[in-house]
Amino acid sequence: MAAAARDLSNTPSVIELRVVNKWYGQFHVLSDINLDVKEGEKIVICGPSGSGKSTLIRCINRLEEHQAGDIVVHGVTLSNDVKNIEAIRREVGMVFQSFNLFPHLTILENLTLAPIWVKKMPKKDAEEIGMALLERVRIPEQANKYPGQLSGGQQQRVAIARALAMRPKIMLFDEPTSALDPEMVKEVLDVMIELAGEGMTMLVVTHEMGFARAVADRVIFMDRGEIVEQNQPELFFANPQNERTKLFLGQILHH
Amino acid sequence: MTDAAQTGPAHGVGGRPQLAPPKLETGVLGWMHHNLFSSWANGVTTIVLIVATVSFLSSFLDWAVVRATWTAASGAECRGGGACWALIHEKYRYIFFGSFPYEQQWRPLFACLAMIAMLLISSDRRTWNWRLLAIWTVGSFITFLLMFGQLHFPFVLFLIIALVGGGGGMAIRSRVAESGELNAYRIAAAIGLVGVVLRLTGILPPFGITIAPFSYVETGSWGGLPVTLILATYGLAFAFPFGILLALGRRSNLPLIKGLSVGFIELIRGVPLISLLIMASVMLPLFLPSGSNIDKFLRAQVAVILFAGAYIAEIVRGGLQSLPKGQFEAADAMALNYVQKTALIILPQALRVVIPPLINTFIGFFKDTSLVLIIGIFDFLNTANSALVDPAWAGFPAEVYLFAALVYFIFCFSMSRYSKYLEIELNKGTRR
Repeated sequence: MAAAARDLSNTPSVIELRVVNKWYGQFHVLSDINLDVKEGEKIVICGPSGSGKSTLIRCINRLEEHQAGDIVVHGVTLSNDVKNIEAIRREVGMVFQSFNLFPHLTILENLTLAPIWVKKMPKKDAEEIGMALLERVRIPEQANKYPGQLSGGQQQRVAIARALAMRPKIMLFDEPTSALDPEMVKEVLDVMIELAGEGMTMLVVTHEMGFARAVADRVIFMDRGEIVEQNQPELFFANPQNERTKLFLGQILHH
Repeated sequence: MTDAAQTGPAHGVGGRPQLAPPKLETGVLGWMHHNLFSSWANGVTTIVLIVATVSFLSSFLDWAVVRATWTAASGAECRGGGACWALIHEKYRYIFFGSFPYEQQWRPLFACLAMIAMLLISSDRRTWNWRLLAIWTVGSFITFLLMFGQLHFPFVLFLIIALVGGGGGMAIRSRVAESGELNAYRIAAAIGLVGVVLRLTGILPPFGITIAPFSYVETGSWGGLPVTLILATYGLAFAFPFGILLALGRRSNLPLIKGLSVGFIELIRGVPLISLLIMASVMLPLFLPSGSNIDKFLRAQVAVILFAGAYIAEIVRGGLQSLPKGQFEAADAMALNYVQKTALIILPQALRVVIPPLINTFIGFFKDTSLVLIIGIFDFLNTANSALVDPAWAGFPAEVYLFAALVYFIFCFSMSRYSKYLEIELNKGTRR
């Protein structure tokens, strides 16, 4: 079901990117990015590979450094100040394409690591939260197994639960289903759709256009480091304005 | 469909009777058929090797056991054609304990037992927490009390421990500890700092505790197995964390730390251990203010620690490099700071991967300690070697070296088996 167009003009912005530029050496990978993400907004970012979409969301939690412009998350400006970076990383959870679970820890230990060591939570409370999250992603029975013993779809759901364990206000997804077998993509997308329904602010880099239609408030198309076009999903897919957008949609919607 | 009331062999899906595999394929015969006699060439090779092994073993056992002399009064009596184990029987005290005073040699014996016990206890994973520090403090205290006979603890030592412990506690537990615990660390560090400053400026007089239950034996008289064990155990115990810090330093983004780490590693790896020992023994006194004399054994110990540390650093760096970048990123994204990320996520994985080359290095260094002969310290191999010098027992090098080899083999093979055990234990969750 397509999301009804929501009026978010009165909600506060949680992420602001102002004239953000980034270079890898001489290569200009992000070019004058301006983006305003409202609280509770779900944004899908799509584009050809090399367009800078992963780099963009990785700049938000400082996994990549931007050289020019401002990034402000929840009022905290992202700079080289370690305190700012850590404050932002506590509020922003991230899910990676290659899951990045810690293979030497059990599933439950993966989930409780950050609450115990970053939030100084007692182990019991952290484990309760961990088990509740595993119930939410529907794999509570895997709590004492190791990541190597789980399937890809299960590992990614654990990764989502692990990011949620820190109670973030914003969730970033970097191609969460791209490394999964097709039959496992649905189980992960279902979890993400539920999460969206609960009001989480989400930035999702993905090629899953069905997900975009179902859940997104805005779809952003990036190419060669620039935001080329952005719109509500129905308008975006039905009536792309830019030539490059049309080309990309033609390639991606025809298989 | 077959009738369910049929007797005889079990029936498979299609109803055909399930037969047993051919006799020649299973059990002992099967193993021999496949591994030893699978083809004509293999069969002939097997027979040739069996004959060669049996003949070698039989002549060796003939020399070593059947025709051997087990007790004798002097070397002349011992030339019965077989091995002269009487030499070992006569000289074992010197081989094991060197020139330690004869009546007091129970002390180095118990020191060796204490160190072996300490190592065995440390090998159990259940002790891998704060208990390890307690075990090693107690074990080391016993070992050195037995070896030296008398220990003097200057008060400054306790002050330094307070300073380091308090500072370390503050740094490591700053995120996780309650304020009460943090205050304890701060107080300890403060007392330590004030005390050290007072002592350095001479305001606080030097005093300390002396424990003197036995007669004093200086390090120059130490020899044999305790020397090898002390140099190897404490050498590697200190070199291991030192190597890890060097490896982390080498991967640092701060140019000064990286430069110092690289410089140290390359310098130490570029020179032989012998030259380090000679430099430590001969050149270091030239640089120190005259009159101050650092114990020769301590200098050798420090040289071993520095040397092993550089090699361990490169092994650990290999392990760090093998980790996928995603592990670092996931840890960063969860707001873990550098110490937490390194201690909880990175090092556990990196160290597991490099257990084989690490234990390999440990086994090598255990035997490299023999090089301390160059500065006049007699470790186990060198005392064994000295046993050959006695003219009354001349001419039995094989027995002495075989015996020394056996003792080394026991230690090194144990380390090797432990390495195998560790690899299996620590990689339970991953498919290796």
